Amino acid sequence: MTTSTTAKTAGGLANWADERLGASKAVRGLARKIFPDHWSFFLGEVALFSFIILLLTGVFLTFFFVPSSAHTTYDGVYAPLVNQHVSEAYASTIRLSFDIRGGLLMRQIHHWAALLFVAAMTVHMFRVFFTGAFRKPRELNWVIGCVLVLLGIIEGFLGYSLPDDLLSGTGIRIASSIILAIPIVGSYLSFFLFGGEFPGEMFIPRIYTIHVLLLPAIFLALIGAHLTMVFLQKHTQYPGPGRTNKNVVGLPFYPVYMAKQGGFFFIVFGVITLLSALVTINPIWNYGTYDPSPVSAGSQPDWYMGFMDGAVRLMTGWGEVHLWGNTLSLNILIPALVVPGLMTIPLFLYPWIEQAATGDRREHHLLDRPRNAPTRTGLGAMAITFYILLLIAGGNDILAVLLRLSINDITMTLRVLVFVLPPIVYWVTKRICLGLQRKDRESVLHGRETGTIVRTETGEHFEVHEPLDEFTRWKLVQHESYQPLAELTAEDASGVRRPGGGSTWKRRLSNFYFEERVDPVTPAELAAAHHSHGEHEAIEGSPAGVAH
Amino acid sequence: MSESSNLPEVSGGSSSGTVAVPDRFEDPGLPQHRNRVTDVDAQAARRAERQVAALFGLSAVGTLLALVAYFALPYDTSLGYIDYLGRVQLSNLLVGLGLFIALFGIGAGAVHWVKTLMPDDEQIQERHALRGSDEDRDIAVAIFKESAEETGVGRRPLIRNSLIGAMALAPLPAVVLLRDLGPLPGSKLSETIWKRGTALVRDPEGGKIKASDLVEGSVVHVLPEGIEETEHPLNEKAKAPVLLIRLAPGLLDETSRAGAYQGIVAYSKICTHMGCPVALYEQQTHHLLCPCHQSTFDLTQHCKVIFGPARRPLPQLPITVDDEGYLVAQDRFHEAVGPSFWERG
Amino acid sequence: MTALAARRRHPLATALLVMIGLIVTGVLYAAATPGRASAAPSAVNDVEAGKQLFLANCATCHGTNAEGRRNAPSLVGVGAAAVDFQVGTGRMPMAATGPQAPKVNQVLYTPEEIKQMAAYVASLGPGPAIPSAEDVDPAKGDVAEGGLIFRTNCAMCHNIAGKGGALTRGKYAPSLAGVTPEHIYEALVTGPQSMPVFTDQTITPANKRDIIAYLKSVEEAPAPGGLSLGSLGPVTEGLVGWLVGLGLLIGCAVWLGAKSS
Repeated sequence: MTTSTTAKTAGGLANWADERLGASKAVRGLARKIFPDHWSFFLGEVALFSFIILLLTGVFLTFFFVPSSAHTTYDGVYAPLVNQHVSEAYASTIRLSFDIRGGLLMRQIHHWAALLFVAAMTVHMFRVFFTGAFRKPRELNWVIGCVLVLLGIIEGFLGYSLPDDLLSGTGIRIASSIILAIPIVGSYLSFFLFGGEFPGEMFIPRIYTIHVLLLPAIFLALIGAHLTMVFLQKHTQYPGPGRTNKNVVGLPFYPVYMAKQGGFFFIVFGVITLLSALVTINPIWNYGTYDPSPVSAGSQPDWYMGFMDGAVRLMTGWGEVHLWGNTLSLNILIPALVVPGLMTIPLFLYPWIEQAATGDRREHHLLDRPRNAPTRTGLGAMAITFYILLLIAGGNDILAVLLRLSINDITMTLRVLVFVLPPIVYWVTKRICLGLQRKDRESVLHGRETGTIVRTETGEHFEVHEPLDEFTRWKLVQHESYQPLAELTAEDASGVRRPGGGSTWKRRLSNFYFEERVDPVTPAELAAAHHSHGEHEAIEGSPAGVAH
Repeated sequence: MSESSNLPEVSGGSSSGTVAVPDRFEDPGLPQHRNRVTDVDAQAARRAERQVAALFGLSAVGTLLALVAYFALPYDTSLGYIDYLGRVQLSNLLVGLGLFIALFGIGAGAVHWVKTLMPDDEQIQERHALRGSDEDRDIAVAIFKESAEETGVGRRPLIRNSLIGAMALAPLPAVVLLRDLGPLPGSKLSETIWKRGTALVRDPEGGKIKASDLVEGSVVHVLPEGIEETEHPLNEKAKAPVLLIRLAPGLLDETSRAGAYQGIVAYSKICTHMGCPVALYEQQTHHLLCPCHQSTFDLTQHCKVIFGPARRPLPQLPITVDDEGYLVAQDRFHEAVGPSFWERG
Repeated sequence: MTALAARRRHPLATALLVMIGLIVTGVLYAAATPGRASAAPSAVNDVEAGKQLFLANCATCHGTNAEGRRNAPSLVGVGAAAVDFQVGTGRMPMAATGPQAPKVNQVLYTPEEIKQMAAYVASLGPGPAIPSAEDVDPAKGDVAEGGLIFRTNCAMCHNIAGKGGALTRGKYAPSLAGVTPEHIYEALVTGPQSMPVFTDQTITPANKRDIIAYLKSVEEAPAPGGLSLGSLGPVTEGLVGWLVGLGLLIGCAVWLGAKSS
């Protein structure tokens, strides 16, 4: 009886929805949509779910936080702060941490989720980059993703500056100096942003609005667009037997992916909560309210701003120049604005850079194995190395104190490494990729080494190689190998458009990318390889040949 | 080439010449589906079902733990503050762990359910080219042309030009309305409340300072007297803090001697790089270190920069003593303190 | 062949030989290392006893009359407090050359001997005295006031929770965890090595006691949010977020994507 009542209610609801919203059409089109399955596709979801967790915990926080720089006297429970003049923002955050049950937990979940949000976006971006998922038709999605990462960094910075504590206030001081350093308009911009001199009383309320209203709204819109495009264009898939550029192989959205993604949301939430239960983050009660006079040793921004801090620390002072009675602080502008700009612009433009090198205007829905795009992988590794070196530079005083090293030596070493190490990493990575490709060719041509040694009657020893089955082999041979534009001939039948090689810089770029390459094995090459060690195969095949 | 021309070819293309071997390998198609234990063994399936249910049950237990911990650990203020913090710690830990079990249990249960019990046969769905059909494109182009015709913009340049003019001006109020976000900087960046005769007081305790209070190797963090009574004390504190240090008189160089008093010198504490307090004083090397980006200033060379990204030396506050023997400022700072800005000169 | 020789190819023979070699070397080294020199307490007077100890252990670097030499400063006028601090924390005698003398857990002198050396150095010239128990009693200090003064005067070197920080060229401001109230007071008033001097006129004795009260309360207070990761700030938090948080989540994603057996 219960089954039929459930069925009746469900039927009634479905009818209601269909007659008003046309739900049956949506169900028909979308419910059984196929999603390809791979763990690396869940990285973007970690970011998405962290964002939802940020929204949920953020709303809770706004019920208690007072976004005001007005001064008050702390009269709560925490003895080291009693009777001190603190800002309302700081006092309300302390109250939330110590007087509201679950308040500290919510604050910590919010902050850990913020760290993981940007980290997950970064790792997701790496995955998209190294597998070439940014190629047509997904260039716009890549750009939206880059914007999301940058906005995430800004949102995080504003978020941890809200409690107005000593550490984050020091960070805002540094940010205001960056603005001041902008030529001509710098001091005006700073005065407009702070409503006067630093620190002023307008900054906290203004960033509160940006953090709670403006940026989340922009996030929702951009994430919505990002996901809609994934849905419309269908997700990419890794190459494999049965997977082509014209299909999607995987499991249906309802029920499999709904359950997987729904379950993963709870897993992400759970792990972030576990961290928040066990590990302190941003203990603002230790720092005290912001005052421009004191400062703490080891003042760093949150990790995602660390690369900028590192760039600033590595800079020398030579950069400040005087022009016609004005000061141009290149020693601030270069590491704080120029270097991040130089890192971000190629990031945004990368799909078009690669398109210029390949001349390829087709849709790509099959992902690349990173080894099959050696130059791209090398460039990516080089960029990540540069980024990580800057990150390390941002923590140079912590390193010095933990490892008992001289902070001056660390800084000087990193100043050199930051120029020397990335090209080395590029070269090493590219060689590793080419090497792996050659190994793949070897596996296809000569099969898998089984470790079984055969001795023939004539005393010859050879190792039995097991040829790959066609499914394993397919993964190693399915990829395309681009040729430099200049080398393309009229007989090229693989469908790559050749616009006559293009301009000089395009040809040079294409050479840089594809001059050195390893092509996948063709059936003709395999046949030739079989021919060359035919006798061995005969012996391998016969029962007497498999020996000791 | 047809509308699928923008999708790369995948399987072995046309054969070249008379050889029967294809150019590229052919896609072998999906491998056969391999059954899971739970697909073939009903007992295994029932065991998986029990595991899923156990995970969901564990989640419920976790929720209960969180709720019990929330109410059982009240923050009574009659506790001493160390015990209070211990209570907060316990509450954070137990409510957090309870919530973790609650959330992770649901997630793990759902995922285990999918992996073991829901069908995992891979299915294939065809992609459609994103591009519209040629017919769609032609119709779209025709619609655009027709609609543009109907607006008449092409035939009526006056409308077009005046529209562009109006639209170009319209956003201006949005920008102009931001003008009163803040006052113009004026000379504020170059001024501090230090002037001739301002007494040096200790930061943060307050109280004037005599020269005899300092010995060689001493440092005192200093603010101008009366700073707490200004309209915006924090704004003034962003420019006014000063470090008072006593060195052996022979160590001071020519430039700093004029503003010193018996080997005691006062320098602005606000870093000329990005405004952090340059508060670390190394007594033996006479170096001042800024903790933010490690700019190092040498006191024996009028706080010249000897390492790090800063460029300008710290401005010196010339000091002397008043009739009662307390240290006071001889004069204002001779230059703007703090980080550089365009108009600084 | 003796029983011992018969076992010479036993698998454990090599291990045993290595052990014997290590033990013998260790014993010889310990025997050869100069211990600290003690003075036969022939003089009843503290100052006299202290002088004997000084001549035996400190004069090689600091000079026979504590006048100072190239690599060690003069001790005239540093006061009993300096000796109590430097020797009491094991910093002196300096065991090895380096950017600075680190605190050592094993102090080589008894409290009696330290008192005697302190008395001797105090007799050389007026300097800060060893504080009384009341001077450094944390229960008598104001934790809030101490925190305020600590943040302005101390946090920039020692970090906001007193966990230590970097100075230039390999020097560092050490962690203050576990430092006795007396030693904190003495360090403030004598300014050891790179640390500046905070005279009793610039930070009053009452304020020094406030700082001690603040440091002790920070030491005793539990970290309300959980593990404090050394109170070193966002660097350690970021590391944990990436390694533990993202690591766990990627692990779960791999589990999610893997085919069930």
